[in-house]
Amino acid sequence: MLELHAVSKTFNANTPNEVRSLRGVDLNLEAGSWVVIIGTNGSGKSTLLNAVAGTFLVDEGSIRLAGRVVTTWPEHARAQLIGRVFQNPFSGTSPSLSIEENLSLAARRGRSRGLGWGLKASLIGRMRDEVSRLNMGLEDRLANAIGSLSGGQRQALTLLMATWLRPELLLLDEHTAALDPKSADLVIALTEQVIARDKLTALMVTHSMQQAASLGDRLIMMHRGQIIHDFQGAEKRRLRADDLLARFEEVRRAEQLDESAALMLAERYV
Amino acid sequence: MSLLIGTFTIGLILSLLALGVFISFRIFAFPDITADGSITLGASVAAILLVHNVSPPLASLAGFLAGMFAGACTGLLHTRFKINSLLSGILVMTALYSVNLHVMGKSNIPLLSVTTLVTQSERIGVSLMRSATTLDLAGWEVSVRDASVLAAIALAVAVTGVLLYWFFRTDLGMAMRATGDNVQMVRALGVNDANMIVFGLAISNGLVALAGALLAQYQGFADVGMGIGMVVWGLASVIIGEALVASNRVGMTIVGALMGSVLFRLLVAVALRWGLNPNDLKLITAAFVFCALIVPQFLHKGKVQAAHA
Repeated sequence: MLELHAVSKTFNANTPNEVRSLRGVDLNLEAGSWVVIIGTNGSGKSTLLNAVAGTFLVDEGSIRLAGRVVTTWPEHARAQLIGRVFQNPFSGTSPSLSIEENLSLAARRGRSRGLGWGLKASLIGRMRDEVSRLNMGLEDRLANAIGSLSGGQRQALTLLMATWLRPELLLLDEHTAALDPKSADLVIALTEQVIARDKLTALMVTHSMQQAASLGDRLIMMHRGQIIHDFQGAEKRRLRADDLLARFEEVRRAEQLDESAALMLAERYV
Repeated sequence: MSLLIGTFTIGLILSLLALGVFISFRIFAFPDITADGSITLGASVAAILLVHNVSPPLASLAGFLAGMFAGACTGLLHTRFKINSLLSGILVMTALYSVNLHVMGKSNIPLLSVTTLVTQSERIGVSLMRSATTLDLAGWEVSVRDASVLAAIALAVAVTGVLLYWFFRTDLGMAMRATGDNVQMVRALGVNDANMIVFGLAISNGLVALAGALLAQYQGFADVGMGIGMVVWGLASVIIGEALVASNRVGMTIVGALMGSVLFRLLVAVALRWGLNPNDLKLITAAFVFCALIVPQFLHKGKVQAAHA
């Protein structure tokens, strides 16, 4: 479904601020799999998602999605294959448009937009059904501006918008990190529902070890722009949050060792 | 009375300018100075065609299309060549000054002896009124000619407003509104935001140029300097309109821009009648917009201070 081959990206190349965010990442996603990505700060997990989404073009490597090479496609062209939910609840919706207008924009994701009336009666009927399933009482407020909604409500709507037309790939970028615990649980439950119902292929970044352990069928751990662990099948099912924390501790120790070793070498030989 | 009708007529003509400024400044948050040049472009294209006996509706349409082209240029400078939005508008506006001189061949074209939309609507009005020259409007004696021009302009503006409202509710129009609101989202939904900006500025400047074409026909001349300060004028109208309707629904904001334009023109007419020096008009307009922009800040500050007191 999604194939990344030797994908690299360096920001601010050849300047003091050079950041090698992705260093030759290889990743192969089966159709219907739900891959969770964890990693330290600055490990490149969000960058990986953005590389797939086309927020920027990668320096090296290739990206294949649903049988097509999308390496050089601009972001808006890839949108016909990809549904996205962002970390910031403000990023996924247009605040001054109404709920129904936002949904009708999503109903044409990746399709041509002409002078057809945007809010057809049949579409509004489906909106009412789908929005009432969120159990937020928004189905009677479809004409209200999104700007008046809470973060949790916006994230739930963004998820609905991203999956309104079945995407080949669903990208979730820490989509509950900015929510209160209750809203986060709700959005996670909705995410599980929609992924199971539509048999979606999903790539999800998270900071929550508990989410990482309990969700998805495969887990990838990233560090310094590389994939350092890849747990699949039975191994992934056995993983607990504590195991993951232990892996992070390992990474941290290895890091310290590198630094102190470098210091020692410098003291002795330089 | 004819002064009042004239004020309304010009207010309505300039409401098309206000709608154009509304699209660029409010929908796209794009400070588009092109309008200063495109209003003159619309006037000069329409004027030169009218002098060559092209039918007035066609000449006005040509003015509209010329404005669209100018707006698209600004949009392309900004989106394709990554030039700052303000600078893109300044470049095109400056270039348009020469273009306008070339279009007209001189700095001023009088339209007093040619058939225009204004003379046409006067003729229709007079024939409808069976050649009466005045008409009784709620106790006021009104010249049939003036009234029919006002009616024609009001009709044209109403049709434009309805079309614009309809457009902003279509798939394309909604994508455009969302582009000014949240670029990240529209890209994620497969909208080419660069194309939206180019097309949106084209529509904006098309409307501004149409205002210029109608204004030239109403005042009886096109002049190369007529566009100076028009962006600020349009912005003043938009700000007044927003205060009048206090709503961000697209239909209401369109109505607001129309009302704001008429009201602002009315205020200016009253001020001039009270002896305001016409030379001070642009200064007063700029000062007005300045005040309208900072007053909300002061109100907010006052509230915060009151809350802390």
